[in-house]
Amino acid sequence: MKKYISQKVHEMQPSGIRAFFDLVLGMEDVISLGVGEPDFITPWQIREAGIFSLEQGFTSYTSNKGLYKLRISISRYLKQRYGLHYSPDEEILITVGVSEGFDLALRALINSGDKILIPSPSYVSYGPLTELAGGIPVFIDTKDSGFKLTARLLEKNIDKKTKGIILNYPNNPTGISYTKKELEALKKVILKHNMLCLSDEIYADLTYEFEHTPFAKLSNAKNNTVYLNGFSKSYAMTGWRVGFVCGPKEIIAAMTKIHQYTIMCVPITSQMAACEALHVGKKSVDEMRREYKRRREFIISRLNDLGLHCQRPQGAFYAFPSIKKSKLSALDFAQKLLKEEKVAVVPGTAFGAEYKDYVRMSYASSYDNLKEALTRIENFLARNRRK
Amino acid sequence: MDEILEILEKDARATSQDIARMLKKKPQKVKEAIKKYEKQGVILKYKTVINKELIKEANSEVRALIEVNIVPQKDVGFDKIAERIYSFQEVSSCYLISGTYDLLLIAEGKDLHTVARFVAEKLSPMENVRGTVTHFLLKKYKEDGVILKHKEENKRIAISY
Repeated sequence: MKKYISQKVHEMQPSGIRAFFDLVLGMEDVISLGVGEPDFITPWQIREAGIFSLEQGFTSYTSNKGLYKLRISISRYLKQRYGLHYSPDEEILITVGVSEGFDLALRALINSGDKILIPSPSYVSYGPLTELAGGIPVFIDTKDSGFKLTARLLEKNIDKKTKGIILNYPNNPTGISYTKKELEALKKVILKHNMLCLSDEIYADLTYEFEHTPFAKLSNAKNNTVYLNGFSKSYAMTGWRVGFVCGPKEIIAAMTKIHQYTIMCVPITSQMAACEALHVGKKSVDEMRREYKRRREFIISRLNDLGLHCQRPQGAFYAFPSIKKSKLSALDFAQKLLKEEKVAVVPGTAFGAEYKDYVRMSYASSYDNLKEALTRIENFLARNRRK
Repeated sequence: MDEILEILEKDARATSQDIARMLKKKPQKVKEAIKKYEKQGVILKYKTVINKELIKEANSEVRALIEVNIVPQKDVGFDKIAERIYSFQEVSSCYLISGTYDLLLIAEGKDLHTVARFVAEKLSPMENVRGTVTHFLLKKYKEDGVILKHKEENKRIAISY
């Protein structure tokens, strides 16, 4: 059958940890710190809006760009929250999560051989999607600068073929984010080389130490920015698959061309629910942020006490500790920990081959679970040290 | 509200050590703060939420909401008579409310008879009680923010990016 598969897809590297994922999914009673989504279900008010829209008979297509009232609500939200101005008519596109947004953006922007910079460790889809679109992903390892991209590091990796960069902050898997000042420094380089910045800000509402600054909000940056966000993390709506992309109208129009042929439109029920989410507003998001912030302190403090040194995450709900001390590779560590203690974590190698000394732990899990998981990790380390 | 209280309200078993980790404080400081709250009566007691619907013997317990109309007294208003009422061990909660009646009680007893007798023999005959309406509870769905069902199973898949 292989001969039928397209060469490009055939050459895509299958994820090296697929087998490990299958192992986790086949086990019962696992405490999982491996989950990339909030640990509560969509607030009832939002679910109810979805149900009500069905009762009312909203079961049709929407405009390709998405429900107008949702685009207006997003436009208003961005204005109120950040002072960002995007026109609901031409500069906003509703997508099936940020994932689709990225696929569209990369396909709409890349000519064969264009290079896209990706600070790593990075979310799993950026590299493969860049390749699928005919581009060349250029990973920039940020390990030695505290998982933060610096202007110097950025400058070093730019050449004539560099078209853009994918920034993701707060970052999955490290939880690292950027202050306004740090972003300004990056922006200078990006504008100097007339590059585009694809900015994945899905975890923006979970920023703990400073105010989140959208890349597009930096002076003169808006024309060079494609802003990607969605409802999954802020409103616990991962399964609804609603995201949005904002950018210059020419870029949004180009993306919409692909979107209209592949997706047509995001399911209307999800879009109706998303409208409600923006009305639920701040309170539930603020509560969630406070809760995660406490869990963050708890897990970081425990990990550092266990000698699993961890860069202090400034956002999202991930810790990315070094497991060097265990003398195990990430995959071995994760597999052994799963088998011996029934705790699931994601090996760092999922986010880049060179992160074999790291694992990702999600603290989107109850205090009880975190406490128990860390006790088990402590036992695990003690036992393996003795051997 | 102080975050220490917020944490304890959700989980009374959170140790001061862990609370200190969560809030980046010294465990000793957290311990002292909790002691202070206990002393001030801000923290009254620590208890466990039990779903009695699932316990056979407890399930025969009867609860009733009782609306009570009372005549307020000079100088002390409703407080004195409220105290006389809420001091009965059958009364588990007592609120002064606005509207067509004055006190709302939640009364508990081992059977219907016990609660009925409390109303008929203790509550109604009181001098300042003008009248009562008793509603027996048939089923509990949600109490103090907790939905009384079997624990919802986790629907998230165990591992994802």
